[in-house]
Amino acid sequence: MIGFLVRRALTLLATLMVAAIIIFTVTEILPGDPAAVMLGMTATPETIAALRTDLGLDAPPMQRFFQWIFGFLTGDLGISYAYRVPVAGLIAERLPVTLPLALLAITMASLLGISLGAIAASRANGLVDAGIMAGAQVGLAVPNFWFGILLVLLFSITLGWFPAGGFPGWQAGFFIGLKALLLPALALALPQGAVLARITRTAVLEALGEDFVRTARAKGLTRWQTLRRHVMRNAMVPVFTMLAMQFSFLVAGTIVIENVFALPGLGRLMFQAIGGHDIITVKSLVMVFAGAVILINAIVDLTYGLIDPRLRLARGVSR
Amino acid sequence: MMKRQIFTAAKAAGAAGFLTLAAVLPSPVLAQQGNRDSVTLCQTLEPPILDPTGGAAAAIREITYDNIFETLIAFDSAGRTQPRLAASISSSDDGMVHTIKLRTGVTFHDGTPLTSADVKFSFERAMAPDSKNSQKWIFAPIGSIEMPDASTVVITLKSFAGDFIEGLAWADASIFSAKSADKAGTEPIGTGPYQFVRWNRGDRVILKRNDAYWGAKPAIANAIVRFIADPQAQVAALMAGDCDAHTNIGAPEAVAQLRANANLRVTIGRTEGETIVAMNNSKAPFNDPRVRQAISMAIDRAQVNEGAMSGFGTLIGTHFSPNHAAYLDLTGAVKFDPAAARKLLAEAGFPNGFSASLRLPPPSYAQRSGEVVAAMLAQIGIRVSIEPVQWAQWLERVYRQRDYDMTIVAHVEPLDINIYSREGYYFGYASDVLKDAIARTKSARTAEARNAAFQDAQRRISADHVNVYLFMLPKITVQKAGLKGMWANWPVPANPLGQLSWE
Repeated sequence: MIGFLVRRALTLLATLMVAAIIIFTVTEILPGDPAAVMLGMTATPETIAALRTDLGLDAPPMQRFFQWIFGFLTGDLGISYAYRVPVAGLIAERLPVTLPLALLAITMASLLGISLGAIAASRANGLVDAGIMAGAQVGLAVPNFWFGILLVLLFSITLGWFPAGGFPGWQAGFFIGLKALLLPALALALPQGAVLARITRTAVLEALGEDFVRTARAKGLTRWQTLRRHVMRNAMVPVFTMLAMQFSFLVAGTIVIENVFALPGLGRLMFQAIGGHDIITVKSLVMVFAGAVILINAIVDLTYGLIDPRLRLARGVSR
Repeated sequence: MMKRQIFTAAKAAGAAGFLTLAAVLPSPVLAQQGNRDSVTLCQTLEPPILDPTGGAAAAIREITYDNIFETLIAFDSAGRTQPRLAASISSSDDGMVHTIKLRTGVTFHDGTPLTSADVKFSFERAMAPDSKNSQKWIFAPIGSIEMPDASTVVITLKSFAGDFIEGLAWADASIFSAKSADKAGTEPIGTGPYQFVRWNRGDRVILKRNDAYWGAKPAIANAIVRFIADPQAQVAALMAGDCDAHTNIGAPEAVAQLRANANLRVTIGRTEGETIVAMNNSKAPFNDPRVRQAISMAIDRAQVNEGAMSGFGTLIGTHFSPNHAAYLDLTGAVKFDPAAARKLLAEAGFPNGFSASLRLPPPSYAQRSGEVVAAMLAQIGIRVSIEPVQWAQWLERVYRQRDYDMTIVAHVEPLDINIYSREGYYFGYASDVLKDAIARTKSARTAEARNAAFQDAQRRISADHVNVYLFMLPKITVQKAGLKGMWANWPVPANPLGQLSWE
């Protein structure tokens, strides 16, 4: 088991390193000078040169690459070209928006998707199933930002229950903060929930056809008991895999949704940083996003064993 | 690039959906007047820093000008200068020596009193070799700055500049205290009617009234400036009552819908942004004035204005703002006439037209105008390929390396016709007549002489068809009906909060 973990960790590091090299090279090739963007059209070349020196843009690329990588390891991500404050601080400021938003969205998506999928499977080919699957189809077809706009129209403009966007900050109170995140989380959760519902339905249907289901029913368990104790556990492996993949989509989704709802999260920071050619912030953000996705995938790999003892066993045997 | 285009297209689709749906849903049920002790102003872009002498972004000026920082003299909503920190400015007959008497009893937000040393410090900081000031020309004529006493500053010029005093009204000439200037980017401390409280990056800047302010006490105690970049989100925030005002919305197509809302008021004003189709005058075939004239004649400006800005832009015929006294109406100088344009193009040796690229920066005015312009140029045989670019690329390739055929951009600085006389400027245009006219705007001793020189310059660039002059970017202010004092026009990008009040 220890050997397995070490191997996993090494792969993880290697993947991150490759990601870092790609990110740095790509952002390095991009034409454009952050100092020129900051100072606009009337600035003299001398003024731009002065700012370049200030920002440390004069150093050769190799030096900047290693500075960046070693900085990353020590938590120093450099100073943002645009904001002139530490990038680490900028990211830390935005995490309390994006992290709860992503967690809220994935929770809503799981609750909605898995329960509806299971219900649809247990009523397969019936009216309820058709209804749920039609709903899922719509959920898949509607882009999340458009769904976000619909939610704003109904709940913010017509009913006035929620703010149309923005984030007052957690210091304004937990429930005020939560209220600001609810609509964007729902907009993010809907397409994800739709995917999960479909996957769950298929997985549950497949498991329902297994011999142990008949045995369980023969033993006298009710439909629901069978579903809960035997079927769902077996169906969860593909659902869980999907959930991990969904997380990557969620990260991309926050960039769009945070713009629609004017939320000060990581996605919006990314958007602003690209617009302002704040390359050092873009690099570190992409790295954080890539790192999060790679890490989640690794965790999911490790947790398969928890859901499915057969996988744990198989690994034991192979070792 | 592909991804960006998809995103833009998706957003456009979203905007269309939003507008249609908003039309069928009942109008808002709530007409909250809000808290009379506070105002929430929304603006499109977030400033990267809050120091107007450290970056060119208009968003910095929108928050700080006449709110946090003050200048010796300041622009009012009509673009005229008014005294601020200077109680009086007297100039010698030859215009070379300016004696500035400072107002007494002025303190910075940290309690430090304002003295002549702060003025000297601020200007010398702006002039220093390592200065990040984006408008260093303001200070270029200064020879020496003396302080005979704590409230008097004497500035002696080394070369006469007719626009020196007016330059002091720019945000780039804001007055700082030596004690706090270094941190102005993140914790700005000025002398203005509002002081900085907190900046929740990505969302808002929070300000409060400066109770020790030397001038008229602002009516509203607390001010929040929120940043909403997405045009649909701007409309939604206004409809939901989240914003008391938006300083300039990015969705001109939503104006009719917003006007229909009884709680909101829409004002169409002007910025100083001359939107132009710039052409690379140094590159064939654009080095031929006949080609440039043909392009100018092939573009129906009113149509471009309609398509890009829903008709809210003000048509122009030269690179000059109609807000200024020296403005010449040259909109009739070039008549829309595709047939004549085609003939002219044939005379220039292009009977079958030619291919050219049109590099477009990200703002929607450029993207939208670009589509219309490309379609119009196709009518006279010019095959235009549209290339969207990010700002950084635009500045690098178009602006700095002059590597382009045509581009569309708004020149937002006031009175910037002098760019046509600059060596190596991205237009690639050179004219001794124009250079002389611009020199006369600097050396003119009277307002009449200066205006006459400006008019000569306008005539020259119009006659040379240097660029195609489309329209002035509009300022579309949307606000709650009870809010008074919002600027209708933007002679400079500013939203002086001290002038706001609730009815």
